[in-house]
Amino acid sequence: MAKNKLTPLMGDQVAAHAMRQIEPDVVAAYPITPQTEIVMNFSQFVADGRVDTEMIPVESEHSAMSACVGAASAGARTMTATSANGLALMWEIVYIAASTRLPIVMPVVNRALSAPINIHCDHSDTMGARDSGWIQIYCENAQEVYESIILAVRIAEHEKIQLPVMVCQDGFITSHAVEGVELFADEAVKDFIGEYKARFSVLDTDKPVTVGPLDLQDYYFEHKRQQSQAMEDALKHIPEAFEAFHRAFGKRHVFVESYRAEDAEAAVVALSSTAGTVKSVVDKMREKGHKVGLIKPRFFRPFPAEKIADLIGPLKAVAVLDRSESFSTQGGPMYSEIRGIMYDEPKRPRIINYIYGLGGRDIFESDVEYVFRQLLEGVKSGKFEKQVGYLGVRD
Amino acid sequence: MANLKELSAAVPERLSSGHRLCAGCGASIIVRQILMGTKDPVVVGASTGCLEVATTIYPYTAWETPFIHNAFENVAATISGVETAYRALKKKGRIEKEIKFIAFGGDGGTYDIGLQSLSGALERGHRFVYVCYDNGAYMNTGIQRSGATPRGASTTTAPSGKKSYGKKQRRKDLTAIVAAHNIPYVAQGSIANWSDLITKAEKAFNADGPAFINVMSICHRGWRFNQQDTVSVAKAAVESCFWPLYEIVDGKLRITYKPKTKIAVSEWMDKQGRFKHLKKEDCREINEEIQQEVDAEWERLLKREAADSDN
Amino acid sequence: MKVMKKEKKTDKDSSPKGSGKKSWKEIPIGGLIDKAGSAKDYKTGEWKTFMPVRDTSKCINCLICWVYCPDSCIKAEDGKMTGFNLDYCKGCGICASVCPVKCIKMEKEKK
Repeated sequence: MAKNKLTPLMGDQVAAHAMRQIEPDVVAAYPITPQTEIVMNFSQFVADGRVDTEMIPVESEHSAMSACVGAASAGARTMTATSANGLALMWEIVYIAASTRLPIVMPVVNRALSAPINIHCDHSDTMGARDSGWIQIYCENAQEVYESIILAVRIAEHEKIQLPVMVCQDGFITSHAVEGVELFADEAVKDFIGEYKARFSVLDTDKPVTVGPLDLQDYYFEHKRQQSQAMEDALKHIPEAFEAFHRAFGKRHVFVESYRAEDAEAAVVALSSTAGTVKSVVDKMREKGHKVGLIKPRFFRPFPAEKIADLIGPLKAVAVLDRSESFSTQGGPMYSEIRGIMYDEPKRPRIINYIYGLGGRDIFESDVEYVFRQLLEGVKSGKFEKQVGYLGVRD
Repeated sequence: MANLKELSAAVPERLSSGHRLCAGCGASIIVRQILMGTKDPVVVGASTGCLEVATTIYPYTAWETPFIHNAFENVAATISGVETAYRALKKKGRIEKEIKFIAFGGDGGTYDIGLQSLSGALERGHRFVYVCYDNGAYMNTGIQRSGATPRGASTTTAPSGKKSYGKKQRRKDLTAIVAAHNIPYVAQGSIANWSDLITKAEKAFNADGPAFINVMSICHRGWRFNQQDTVSVAKAAVESCFWPLYEIVDGKLRITYKPKTKIAVSEWMDKQGRFKHLKKEDCREINEEIQQEVDAEWERLLKREAADSDN
Repeated sequence: MKVMKKEKKTDKDSSPKGSGKKSWKEIPIGGLIDKAGSAKDYKTGEWKTFMPVRDTSKCINCLICWVYCPDSCIKAEDGKMTGFNLDYCKGCGICASVCPVKCIKMEKEKK
């Protein structure tokens, strides 16, 4: 196989390939658009004997995550995948997976939460799970999806982290669009993730453990404090996984990416596929002499506060694009967290928010240009049109 | 089947003393007797409920076996995951032991909120035993009604009152619902007949696929009677055929205990405070209907047993 | 009578220090209990008001009490009933109720 050969694959297919190469012991999954292709492709790999994975065709997403908790507690490397209402249905157990400290890796194909029912892309599902204790990685394109899933296994299973990871991609936009993806060799992936050494197992009948006890008021807080610490430790130890990934595959992963933002006056902060659209607009506007850039967080949990503060501190104005609403009247989730971390910074930009793209509403280059114009005019005049805007809705 | 002398020597206690179930609780008697059905190492799962809560108050656990609790409605799904991991790892040569899997769920976590995950696990054919300890209400949270509450019983969310005689609906026939999944072994049992129950547990543990036993769990707290009478109340339920003891092996039904003299259901109900409002004169019709329902169900079982033995 | 030293209350935190309970750094993560049967450290025998007393001359060692005790408090050795484990016995009286020869009686516990 020639080096850097590109294989045409959709985001969902690439996720299934990553899972194939990881070859988990157990996968328990339930189909939901637009994640279905992941489960269907993986099921075909199983049926053709290309993976030695036991699949559990569960009868709901709640049971999917429940079976994953069971399998992971039994020392098996375990994966699942879902979207939107599927994530919402398993919500109870999503929290349990994190608080039981099980290193489950779950691709999530971002889709709007009902009602009304909508199968298209927005981030309301995984943003809704931001307090669950899972590590969250957002991916711009199929290549990032593929690499992040493999990276996620190493992060989840790190002995100082031991937290589940959701790897997010935009529904239909990334999941169902074909891109040229560079796949690594099966052996290289196997070497990178190594053999799974579970922290404990309910199958160890010589050393019986109890999983999922009742905590009264005297212990629950201590268990939660441990989880807080795990996220702090994740910030500290995830770079080790980045290093190892670079050594194995020659690719660099980071907490936050910055595109032409070092000498920018104004920048847009955006996650996932929208970041690609923003890059294109940045290039066009830079040619016209405008000093603009893009900040693209890759990790939302743990929240890479220091990195983001370093990148946006020196800027004059920043627009955070949120593809979900918190319904707090104070803007979207990423905007709130970024404003929060900048509050005490000596140097900080004006920060405004646009909520966009809900239910798969497209965001066009013209929309991004509009945002940059607002930022640049605001920098010049000192006045900004509004604090929180809605980009692309019919008023 | 082993006798008590052999059982007390051969089978280890999987549930230790020091758990905080009520004095005289039927659930721990069920757990002890069911687990006497196998000498193999077992992994135990339980749904949220009296059993799980009282046996695993951090940092204490009464389980001498590996134990997993996840949530209220999903012990069957959770054990499906454990059992599948076991098969996966055994196939890869990473585990060699023979291990048995058992899930305990209360009637709340089985008839109602847990019905879906139980059904899915049965349909998928995992090799595990599911035991429902049915005490006819959500006892752990304060005696609220469930789909298993008998008609006429007073519970805290369907209490008897000036305008109500308690639960109006008939209880679900969960054992029949489970049997409709065509699994290798289904049974109804009771601590009233410990030998029958332990034999059923043995068969369940040895079934080549899912096995289910529905066991009446006597709760003196929720049913309102003296804790000492747990076993005699269990016996009356069986002698009145309110709780028939039977098994369905590969689809064939066999009644495993037929009372010599079938007593009236009211003799069982009279022992419990949760039915005492039914003694009022205006409840006479309800009492008759309850007796008729029990009789009709018993007849149905006898007919089915006869039909199945002919085939 | 021992006089308990009053703990100085700081305004730093109100956690029950000196309660003998472990800190978050000292316990396994994820809520795991890694000591099987640790409930044996919790003596439920304190719950009882009545305790079982057996007339050993009448006992036939049928072990029916053993199979029915909800708290595994009937000691059985070599097929014989050898006594009650009063450290955990909650005094429910089921053993007395199921004994076929009625050799067990429940008596008020003498402290």
